[in-house]
Amino acid sequence: MKNIKFLILGILFGIILIKGEVASWYRIFEMFKFQSFHMYGVIGVAIVSGIIIIQLFKKRVIKDYSGNEIKIEPKKPGFKRTFIGGISFGLGWALVGACPAPMFALIGQNFLAISIVIIGALLGTFTYGVSKSKLPH
Amino acid sequence: MEIIFQPWPWYTTGLMIAAVMFLLFYFGKRFGVSSNLETLCTMAGASKVSNYFKIDLKSKYWSLLFLFGIVLGGAIAFYFLSPNKTIDLNPKTVTELQALHFDNAGATYLPSELFGSITSLKTILILLFGGFLVGFGARYAGGCTSGHAITGISNLDVLSLYAVIGFFVGGLIMIWGIFPLLF
Repeated sequence: MKNIKFLILGILFGIILIKGEVASWYRIFEMFKFQSFHMYGVIGVAIVSGIIIIQLFKKRVIKDYSGNEIKIEPKKPGFKRTFIGGISFGLGWALVGACPAPMFALIGQNFLAISIVIIGALLGTFTYGVSKSKLPH
Repeated sequence: MEIIFQPWPWYTTGLMIAAVMFLLFYFGKRFGVSSNLETLCTMAGASKVSNYFKIDLKSKYWSLLFLFGIVLGGAIAFYFLSPNKTIDLNPKTVTELQALHFDNAGATYLPSELFGSITSLKTILILLFGGFLVGFGARYAGGCTSGHAITGISNLDVLSLYAVIGFFVGGLIMIWGIFPLLF
């Protein structure tokens, strides 16, 4: 039951994604058209707050719930994988208007269509997993 | 309460996302959603085909609960906390979407042209292929918007900057180059 807090955090995050309109296909289109500040504002504020929070972790001002230092692993190395993968991700994000978290936040709203998107995402993940050794990283 | 029922402004939304990231770190975890796609593949039996999916499911349990919470929270927000389900778009966006055959853009949360009743093969293929690119790209790049754009950049990780530049290169190609051919 100690994991129940993650369920609650997930519920909170799902509410944020819907209420902040981050999960709306229209907002993603508008963002890539540079016709609204909304998404830039959301991501910008999250990053600026995030930088401050992580600096406080690094300076050990904030520790985790059991008093340990919070260390953040760097991302898996590889410029090619990051950039090419990023382009694929961006193409899909713009087309279906949802990145992974919004996909799940939208299931209850539109089960059939979103299920197709998620099945696609799982097939994409599976394809990466089986072809990983053949891809440039 | 009135404030909750209105659409949330960008600054509230951004701060709340950072708060979720903070709490996950505080509880000894990391903010990232797309790794769950791998876990779901493993649960569907992908480890029989590839060692890549041989992961310890027990260690992912908290993340699956987080994911399930997102499903619940998304539905709660849509059905109980959003009397107004319209999106207040730039009028220019509405006009441009009209030209791409998306009528009444912003009148609903999602466009019915893509997410309404699924009647055409073209729509199914767009949804499936779009999802494919997201899943493939997120795992290839090692993260999605939460892991790279928010957490990675907040951690001043230069790889995450490359990832986000990639997200934008892909997104701009799709919206400016491919959309006019598709719709």
